[in-house]
Amino acid sequence: MGLLSPADQDKLRDAFSEMTSRVKIVFFTQTLGCETCLQTRQIIDELPVLTDQVSIEEVNLVLDADKAKAFGVDRVPALAIVGVDAQGDESDSRIRFVGTPAGYEFISLVQAILLVGGREGTLTPENRAKLEAVTEPITIQVYTTPT
Amino acid sequence: MAFASPQITALAVEATEYPDLARKYRVTGVPKSIVNDAVEIMGALPQDMFVEQALSALDPSPQ
Repeated sequence: MGLLSPADQDKLRDAFSEMTSRVKIVFFTQTLGCETCLQTRQIIDELPVLTDQVSIEEVNLVLDADKAKAFGVDRVPALAIVGVDAQGDESDSRIRFVGTPAGYEFISLVQAILLVGGREGTLTPENRAKLEAVTEPITIQVYTTPT
Repeated sequence: MAFASPQITALAVEATEYPDLARKYRVTGVPKSIVNDAVEIMGALPQDMFVEQALSALDPSPQ
């Protein structure tokens, strides 16, 4: 039995049907010492069931340390949202989720997937221009709780 | 914002799972945003204000 109600599944299915490109969720996990990794996997496993535009790649933090480092991930569970174009080329969106994407964060995860999958963003043209002009690295951490 | 610029990385961090980070950044209410470990933004701000405050992290002048 899934975690999502049939009504929520339908809503997500509808939203995902508008995606114009594929998205891969890179799921960083480890075998031991991660109490919430299984729960996170169960949550994200709900998504590829609803659309073939979303896939999951699992990366072990310890065994695939180089890949984790390449994504700047040092804690698990963590998710990286990666766009995949028609040729199969991947593009890191630089959007990360650290910790279980439960509650309101699940909504944020879905919105991130839809954004990377082709939905128009909500940035104003002015703000988009300011951000595109940035020439130094910026890391924004947004702390949330599930409720 | 991250999607708009190759220079920007955005992390949504679940505070209850990482109490060490919550303590480090003095997260006593959510949402709380930390930009480049330098600028703290409390709450959910309107887009223009959030962008302005986030970009102030690149401002070399004293806050």
